[in-house]
This record gives sequence, C-alpha cells and structure tokens, in this order.
Amino acid sequence: MAFEPAQEQKILKYEELRIYSDEELNNYTEEELKNFKIKHEIPDVDELEKGPWPSFVADTKREALHRRKLAKDRMMIEADVAEDLLGQLQVSFDDGETHWKHGGIVGVFGYGGGVIGRYSDLQEQFPSIAHFHTMRVNQTMSKFYDTDYLRCLCDLWEYRGSGLMNMHGSTGDIIFLGTFTEQLEPVFYELGHVLQQDLGGSGSNLRSPSCCLGKARCEYACIDTQDMCYELTNYYQDELHRPAFPYKFKFKFDGCPNGCVASIARSDMSYIGTWRDNIRIDQEAVQAYIGGEIPPNGGAHAGKDWGKFDIENEVINRCPTQCMWMEDGKLMIDDKECTRCMHCIDTMPAALRPGTDTGCSILFGAKAPILEGAQMSVLTIPFVKCEHPYDNIKEIVEKVWDWWMEEGKNRERLGELIQRYGIPKFLEVLEIPAMPQMVTEPRSNPYIFWKSEDVPGGFERDINVYRAKHKR
Amino acid sequence: MALSTERLGLYNPEKPMQNRLTDLGPRHFWQYFPPIIQNNYGKWKSHEILEPGILVHVSETGDKVFTVRCGGCRFMSVEHIREMCEIADKYCDGYLRFTTRNNIEFMTDSQDKMEALKKDLQNRKHVTGSYKFPIGGTGAGITNIVHTQGFLHCHTPATDASSMVKAVLDDLFDYFQGMTLPAQVRISMACCLNMCGAVHCSDIALLGYHRKPPVIDHEVIDSLCEIPLVIAACPTGAISPAKTEEGKKTVKIKDERCMFCGNCYTMCMAVPLADKEGDGVTILAGGKISNRISPPEFSKVVVPWLPNEFPRYPDVCAHVKRIVEAYAADAKKYERIGDWAKRIGWERFFEKCDLPFTEHLIDDYRLQYDTYRTSTQFKYTEAAWEVSRAAGGIE
Repeated sequence: MAFEPAQEQKILKYEELRIYSDEELNNYTEEELKNFKIKHEIPDVDELEKGPWPSFVADTKREALHRRKLAKDRMMIEADVAEDLLGQLQVSFDDGETHWKHGGIVGVFGYGGGVIGRYSDLQEQFPSIAHFHTMRVNQTMSKFYDTDYLRCLCDLWEYRGSGLMNMHGSTGDIIFLGTFTEQLEPVFYELGHVLQQDLGGSGSNLRSPSCCLGKARCEYACIDTQDMCYELTNYYQDELHRPAFPYKFKFKFDGCPNGCVASIARSDMSYIGTWRDNIRIDQEAVQAYIGGEIPPNGGAHAGKDWGKFDIENEVINRCPTQCMWMEDGKLMIDDKECTRCMHCIDTMPAALRPGTDTGCSILFGAKAPILEGAQMSVLTIPFVKCEHPYDNIKEIVEKVWDWWMEEGKNRERLGELIQRYGIPKFLEVLEIPAMPQMVTEPRSNPYIFWKSEDVPGGFERDINVYRAKHKR
Repeated sequence: MALSTERLGLYNPEKPMQNRLTDLGPRHFWQYFPPIIQNNYGKWKSHEILEPGILVHVSETGDKVFTVRCGGCRFMSVEHIREMCEIADKYCDGYLRFTTRNNIEFMTDSQDKMEALKKDLQNRKHVTGSYKFPIGGTGAGITNIVHTQGFLHCHTPATDASSMVKAVLDDLFDYFQGMTLPAQVRISMACCLNMCGAVHCSDIALLGYHRKPPVIDHEVIDSLCEIPLVIAACPTGAISPAKTEEGKKTVKIKDERCMFCGNCYTMCMAVPLADKEGDGVTILAGGKISNRISPPEFSKVVVPWLPNEFPRYPDVCAHVKRIVEAYAADAKKYERIGDWAKRIGWERFFEKCDLPFTEHLIDDYRLQYDTYRTSTQFKYTEAAWEVSRAAGGIE
C-alpha cells in the first residue's frame, strides 16, 4: 500500500542542496564550549543549565558559539542573535515581564498566514533581535522526517534566520523563530522553489491540520489519519493562507478514541476514528493475559508491583457500560452496548482489536478559554466513512464554513457560535436530524423555542377573535 | 538547485510575482516513513513497552519495529537537530519523528541496533551536565510537558514557559524515566489565558495568569487602536468609552469587573496588563482528553495563584510534586488524576494534596451553577469543621 502525493515530489538530497561545509558545521570543540561565555551577564538564565532534563540554555549557547565561529558573510542576520535572545530573557526575568512588542504586521506577498511579526522593545540593548519574526512551516503528517530534509531546513534557517526553532508549535507546524523582515521573502522562496515546502497557517485562517501517528505505527488506528490530514490540508490551501474567517479554525485527526492529538479539546472540527462492528477477540491471547504471560496495558505499569493481573477487576468491572463477561473461560462482549471507550483494548492490546468496519465520528467546536470559556467539541455526526478523497467530509466542512463566515462575529470561534445559536440551529445548517447521542442528558429547563411552523395555525392570531371570547 | 547564498536568494523584490510558487502544502509523508513503517502500514497488531521509553510494535507480517522515545525541549537549535540527524543516520537509516508532546522518536527494525542506540543516547550530555536525549515518557509515567513560548517569543505572557518546564521536569525526572504511577500523567503549560497550547484538559495544567487590570496608554490609544473593538473585546463589559482631560478619546475600565483575560490587550497594544507583582501561575488538575473509561474532562483550578519565582519556580515545582505524589500513593491502577479526585471527592483531594481551599476556587463566572453541590452527600474534612465552628454550630 503506497500513497500518491498531491503533486510529484522532488527528491531532496542534502549533499546537493547544502549551504555549509563539514568544516563549518564542526567548527568548535567540546573544550571551547565548556569555556564559552556569551556576551551578556545572565546569572538566572545560567541556573537553567543545572539538572537532568535537557537544558534549552545549554543548547542555545551551543548555537551561539557555532554562529560566533562562522564567517560573518555566512549568515544573513547577525551572528549574535542567540546571545541577544538569552540576554533579553535575563532582563525579562529581572523585570518579571516580557520584552516583546505587541503585534507587527509582516508577511510574504499574497499570504495572510504563515508569518508572525515580532519586535523587541529593547532594540538598543539587543539589536540583533530587534526583529524576531516567526515563520510557520507546514509539518509533514505525524511529524516523520528524513535527515536530508531536516538538515536542509537547518542550513536554510541558520543562513537566513536565527538557527533557533520549535519542534514543533502547539498546532503542529515546524516553527522558525527569529529573522529580520528582509529575509522573509527569501526564506519563503527557497522553501518553495528548492525544498518544495509551503508555510502553514496563522491568523484568521484554517490552521495547519494535524494528526496522530495513525496506521504508521499504531494498531488502534481506525482511519488513515495521515492521508486525510494531507488531503484536506492540500485541498484547503486557500483557506490556510488567505484570511477569510472570523477567527482561527482547526482540523485535527485522531485515529481512535484514545485521542493522542487531543482533537476533542482543541479543534473546531475533530475527526476521531471509530468502528461500528464488533471488537475482534483472540481468546488464546485473553488466556495469556489471565495467565500472566503477557503484561497488561502493553507493559505500561511495569515500574510498580500491582500484583497479578485480574481480568474481572481490571477490565470487566471497569467497563463503563458493563457489557463484558466471562463465560466458559471465554471473554464475551455485548458489542451493541459498547461505547468504544478503548479501555479493554488498551489493557489487552494483543487480545482485543477494534472492528474492521471503520470510519470516524465528527465533533465540533473545541477551543481554549478565550473568549467564552474553554469548550470541548460536541459529538454531532456519529459515523462517517472515510475514503479518499473524502468528498462526503468536504461537503460537511463547506456547510459549516458558509454558516460561520456568514454569522460568526469577529474573533468568534465555531464553538461559541454554536452556543450562541444553539445546537438545533447548527443541525439545520448541517441538514441532519437530532439524536440523543448529542447530549449527556436532555434539557431540564422547559424553555423550548417553538417555531411558528411547529404549531398548528402558526403564530399569527387576531386579537379580535380572542376578545370575542375574553372580556378586557 | 542548491539552497541559495545570495543575500535575497532567488527572490527579486522588483518583481515579487515572478515565478512565484504558492500553496504547495506540506511535503508528502510517505517518503518520510522508514521502510519498516511503509511495509507494515495499517498492519500493526500489538505493542509492548519493553522498558521506560522503549516500545516494540509487532505487525501481522511478523515484522517488529523498536522505538526509543526521548524527551526534548520544544525550543531547540539547528545544532541540536543536526545531532539528531547524526543519530538517525547512524542507527535509523536516516529517519526520525517527533511526537505530539514534543518527544523525539528514533525507530529501528532490530533489537541489537536499538540497544546500541540506547547506549549512545544515554551518553550524550550537554557540557553543563543535562541529558540531551533522556529516554522515557511512556506508559504510567509523566511524558514531556507541552508548553507555549513565554518570554522567549511571546508578547502577552504572564510567566515564562521554557524555564518553568525545565524546572518542573528536573523535579519530576524519575517519573519521566519510570512507570510507577497508577496511569499516565499529562502535564501542560501555557503562559496566559490564550492557552496557545490548549492546556485545559490536562491532568495537571500550569497557567500563567495576570492579576491586575490593564493600564491605559491614553496618549496613543486613539491613534493605535479601534476603540469600539477594544470595548467589544471585553467578555464582561468592563470597558467603556471615556475622554481624557485634554479631550482625547480613550477608554475606562471598571476594575471590579475585570477578570484579567487580556483579550483587550490582544486587540490593542495600548492596554497592557503585565506586571511583575501581579503576574503568576495558576495550577489546574484533573483533566484529560482520552475517552478511556470516563469521558474527557476539563482541568479544574486547584491552586489559584503562585508567584513567578524566576528562574526555577520552587513553589510551583513543590505544588506539582505534591499533587503527583498524593495521587501516586492513593489512586487505583488505571485511574487518572481526575478520576481519582472524583472517586474520593474533591474535598478529600484538597486534604490529601495538602492544598488550601479558598474562595478563589469557587466559580463565580457565568457558568458557576454547574459546579454547586446540591446534595448532602459530602465528606467531613478539617475545612468542614472550620465552617461549622465559624457558624457557631460546634465549639
């Protein structure tokens, strides 16, 4: 099974594309690094080199030394950018406040998303980070890379930017942190023309969609998260780069209800893989779990002695629907009562597997607290089949966007719009009927918004007819 | 065509549209799957964690892939990435991946290569002693703390991120490298209420928080901002139009209505609210995103505010550790922090974690009613006796 890219993919060979020679890349010794001091006094920042967890300060200093030893004309922005960044961090610790200015409109021609302007408010003290713009580079699906590609990005960003990055931003993109305005277009041009790689989204756009590891290395994946994510990312490039929305919009793809990319908490439209047939059971493996030959939960609890595995206590009694039991030494499941919570499968992955008739549930409206409080996405469409090129799903997407673009207020996320209008209105937009699965319980207030067409005779009435029967 | 070394590369500012390429999207994923992944795509059958940080996945074809998971800083230099590349070239045919929680994963198809890789990674340390690639972050332990930008790159933070995460993970390092907890514990960190990292469904969430209403830059607000937008941005209606003594248009803020969300500042740079004494950290607990056993849950505020003690946040670290240890000692196998708190009751949670309960922890926002207890099913704890005493009910 292989996949067709949206367009032919150039093969990237670092040896053919590189900027820096091996001598330039290995231009300092461990000894020099030990004795290296950056140009600013940073006593509090230095404290962050202690302790076992990887120190971002030690790492940044490594970059600072490397840049200091590169020839001046081998970087398009100042060599001491990493040193100035650490210097400003120390001042921020001293002041207890950030020193990045608010806002700054920069971008690449024709795009409204992908670049975020950033300026220091201590430009005299730290001139090399006077501009420190971010560029979002659309990550590959599930963040798999080869070293040719990563090394090319490293050379490009060392040459035209700070050499400092995020792997990755919260939404998913590779983040290039810190360059001057002049270098934005050149970086974009090199990315596109040499590396066949686009920027991601920022601003009131579709944000770079992201997905879990899926079928690449997970036995639970019910949908092709990578293929769906790639297809929808490419299909909606215009929405990713040119702001037309009231606010941001996020797609995230989870292969199963375990939810490893947290789509249910942070995407306006969450796709969560699921199945509608029966859990597959390997009774021999069930016995192996009971007998202790296979550790439960994939060995996740190996660090502590929790005693012998007890299928009654650890699986059957913990099933939220109580739809499992043992019969003649066999594990039985009443699948029609199962809510696919994953606990039994997670606990005995070698014995139980999701069914084979798979698709995804679609939920809408998750977001962080700003403005109207945090929301999780609401289960709206129980099951859809997910087959390339996902035309059924695109149709749903477009209904939602049309409504949100028409009715959404500035900076109103989809979840807030749904709350403002109510789910019944949203169902009208989607042209789907209501079902009890959309709520945890039916309403307890009886303030139902009946419509004129719901009631025989409608809302239009004649006061004279009423008065003929009732005196004033 | 190599990467350009011209000052502006191939870009010609005179003709910005010449040969312009747009909307290429990301590079295709298939070429970045190592052969073992390509050959077994969609055929994975089961997996096991061999030891903390080391996974083996078994395919229907009989193939096995070994994964070594390493913690990493989200903020990293190209030097660090080049070192990862060197490792991946040496042991993994030039492939690697990153996880949603910013871990680095190296995969190989043989146990021998995995063992060699493991040794190599354990020996790589920064000159000042910290690990470059600590192995762990699997199973019933604590994985990498996802976080936001903080003072390194953000214009609205109420605290710093990379430093706090470094401090907390130094303290919890044994839990990263071990699997001794009742279930996984996911800690997340965001520097302000915007929550770029969406930390609101984490077992433990660390949240930078402002506590002073904005200061108004009357001199420039009218020229830099759309005043109606600033007013509309306030979710509580605390901002209204005003005039300065000189007659310039500006805004005024009803302090008692301000909940310090900073949404006005996002719309307008002339109303900053950051302040050294005012800013600090809120801790939330009990959230999750998985549907396993119980439905996903929001995190709840359990510590309303702690000071920003740069650079190592001793108070924040101590509080997080206290919650983790109380949970580790008391929860049942498979029980997440929120499930444990629900089972024992939140009143008992505060007692077991030795956290004070103050009026700041009782919701007084619009949706407060959902959190009221309207039942006589409660547990007696010291906090309850205190109320009885204060009300004159007992001596």
